[in-house]
Amino acid sequence: MEHLNLQVLAGEKALDREVEGGYCSDLISDFMANGGPGCLWLTLQTHMNVVAVALLTGAAGVVLTGGRGIPPEVCRKAEAEGLPLLSTSSRTFEVAGRLYQLLNP
Amino acid sequence: MTTFRADLHIHTALSPCAGEEMTPPAIVAAALRAGLQLIAVTDHNSAGNVAAVQEAARGTGLNVLAGMEVQTREDVHLVCLFNTAREAREWQREIYRHLPVGENREEYFGSQILMDAAGRETGRETRLLLGSVDLGVEEVVQRVNGLGGIVLPAHVDRPAYSLLANLGLIPPGLPVPALEVGLLSPEAACKKFPALSGWPLVAASDAHYPGDIGRRVTEYDLEAVNIAALTRALRRQHFKVVIDAGRNNFR
Repeated sequence: MEHLNLQVLAGEKALDREVEGGYCSDLISDFMANGGPGCLWLTLQTHMNVVAVALLTGAAGVVLTGGRGIPPEVCRKAEAEGLPLLSTSSRTFEVAGRLYQLLNP
Repeated sequence: MTTFRADLHIHTALSPCAGEEMTPPAIVAAALRAGLQLIAVTDHNSAGNVAAVQEAARGTGLNVLAGMEVQTREDVHLVCLFNTAREAREWQREIYRHLPVGENREEYFGSQILMDAAGRETGRETRLLLGSVDLGVEEVVQRVNGLGGIVLPAHVDRPAYSLLANLGLIPPGLPVPALEVGLLSPEAACKKFPALSGWPLVAASDAHYPGDIGRRVTEYDLEAVNIAALTRALRRQHFKVVIDAGRNNFR
């Protein structure tokens, strides 16, 4: 968490999940096709469908990058479903670079 | 009930990506040549040429709906249709408040030409119209519905700027009467994207050049040319999609 400069918006109880990899995409349909269980999804989309598709694919969690405004109902939905939802003002590139280093020391 | 052969997604020279030859008289002439009785003017994030095309069509038998193609915060394109050019202008004022500040650079994006009914230039829109407004899909739909208009999510079967590509799923309960397919036939689109089944699917050309007009049309059975009648026809599926296979090509 501190390595990646993330704030927890929802799903705190599930933060101990194992993260097996990451995927960066702002096309939700692309994550549907290429994301999967254990995957940490980095995206700047803040639409409610991000939560739905993260749950559908079994993603480990979602990092909302770029410090965009996040609708409160998105956080509420993620909390209700126990999905770790994190945010950062850092850009996707930077978060992905750090995450890659952490996963491949 | 009358059948209207319609193309409800047409850009004018105001859209930077459209040809400068998309003048009001050229659009009307091309629509009449294609045997259309109804079109909609849908420039990117602007309704600045709507009234000019309506005036150019006066007395020709061609009906022109006021519209706009809005690009939402999620980069989703939504065709918004209104009863009058006045309502579309009102919507334009709201959209301009939510557009990012930034000037058009004609050398990169193309020119954004405002015209009169004769096709003479009356000015250039200086703000860049190719951009995402700071409103989400649901916010745009709710506001357009509130102004008495309707929203048809554009080219949902395309890989970019589409509701399905960008959002993965059709948001449940989205209050739109139909979806527009922009590449495939409705049958082929449903086969490729099962999420579309059950939705009324219409087709339109998304014309950026005169030769595009009428390549994908929908024949609507309408009691009158207005939003309420169009909404009824969409919900009852009183329409038929006609695709000109020879011209169904996209740049």
